Formats: sequence, structure tokens, C-alpha cells
Amino acid sequence: MTSVLSVVSTGYRATIEEQDDTILWFTAMCSSAGVDVSVLLEGNAVNYLVTGHDVGGLRFGELEVEHPPVLDRDVADLVAKGVKIHYIREDLDALGVAEDRLLDGVTPVKRAELPVLFSNHGQIWRW
Amino acid sequence: MTKTLTMVLMDPPYETETTTTALRIADAAMGKDHRVQVFAYEGAVNLTMAEQAPHPNPVKGTSVEEESHPTTKDWIEALYAAHGDQLDWINCGLCVDERGAGRTIHGPRRGGPGDFVSWMEASDQTLVIPTR
Repeated sequence: MTSVLSVVSTGYRATIEEQDDTILWFTAMCSSAGVDVSVLLEGNAVNYLVTGHDVGGLRFGELEVEHPPVLDRDVADLVAKGVKIHYIREDLDALGVAEDRLLDGVTPVKRAELPVLFSNHGQIWRW
Repeated sequence: MTKTLTMVLMDPPYETETTTTALRIADAAMGKDHRVQVFAYEGAVNLTMAEQAPHPNPVKGTSVEEESHPTTKDWIEALYAAHGDQLDWINCGLCVDERGAGRTIHGPRRGGPGDFVSWMEASDQTLVIPTR
């Protein structure tokens, strides 16, 4: 089967409503179905890697969001499944986030290195 | 030579122009006798809702009939009418449920990521068209 690089280029898209990132969810499903899939986090999505996400306590009137997204945990779960997680180093720098705040097992990629990363995969899905 | 194109759509109707472009790509591909498989993910499951209805335009002062307002379900029905044996369309079932979008036009069926993976494996190319 061809290898796939799934690029999450829009961070925090409907993550409150869905209680996760829909592309990370889709990636987990594809991985479970046997697809050789890796992830590249781009733009604000690189912030998913910062440990300690907590958006608990959100409520509308008396209705509380009981299971808010925990995006760093979801990425860590993908790492545990064997899914390679890449992120664009310049996008992390642009957010002013130090690499020592990131969860383990993820790989930085410079923009100049993207063509090589892309060429190592049979399909690129840019979401 | 007939080829098979799998497309993933994510945009809901009436939000962006990407849906129009995606449906034009599908129409053009099928017009060249290729097969097209559409996996509608997230808001794209609303594209085929049966209860979409045209409306008048009070700014232009036109009636429903004069406005002839397009709906995406009509466009997709037209694709089925023109290329029915070349088009397969799956709506993500969980996405349908969370949107209450279960009543669709005739043609699209319910499925999941496993169907998409099967399609992807058997396709000549996969085109992802996400929402932004």
C-alpha cells in the first residue's frame, strides 16, 4: 500500500464541537485500517504538540462541554500507534513556542526540507 | 483509458467556492469517461440533503421561479443523471448523525473511513479538498 502524508494545515478547526481534530481522528481511523500514514502539522496546528492542553470548563448556560478536546493527548496516542508526527519548525518559532514544551516522539522539519519529506510519500493529503 | 478518481470534500454548501470547483472537476472527469468516487466528510454531508429548497431574492425582487436558485443537491442529482454509472458518493455516517443530515437525495450512501481507504487503494489518484 502507498504511504500517505496527511498535512494538517488548519489548526483548531471545529475542535470544540468535535471534541478532537477531525483530521487527527481520520488519520487514526486510516492507521487502524492499515494505511501507512504520517502526519505533518503546519501553521497553528503545530501548537497541538504543546503539552498541558486544557480547555475544560467551557459551558453555554448550564450546559457544560463534558469532554473537551485534549489535542496533545490525541497526538501522543497517534505516536503510540506508530504514526510518525512531523511539524514545521518555522511555524513553531512563529508562535514563540520553545521545543522543550513539546511532547516526545515528534520530528521537526524545516520548510526547505518539505520536498524531500513529500517525495518520501506516495500521496499527500493536505487538509 | 478509464481511470478512477477519489475525491474528499469537506466544505458545507453555501460557504465557499471550492464545492463548485470540486463538482466541476467531477463532472469534467466523468465527461471524459473516468469514474469518480466522492467521500463527503464533515460539513460536506450537507451537500446532498434532500430538503434543500430554492428561495426568492428580495434584493433583486425576484420570485422563486425567476430566481431559479441553485442547490447543491440539485447539482449532484444532475451529476447522477448525466453520469450515474460513473459516480459513487459516500457520506461519512458519523458526520451525518451529528448534523441530522440523514435525508439525502437518491444516490449517496452512508459509509466511513474504511470505505475511503478501500477507494484510495483502488484509485488512480486521490484528491483532498478540505475546508479552511
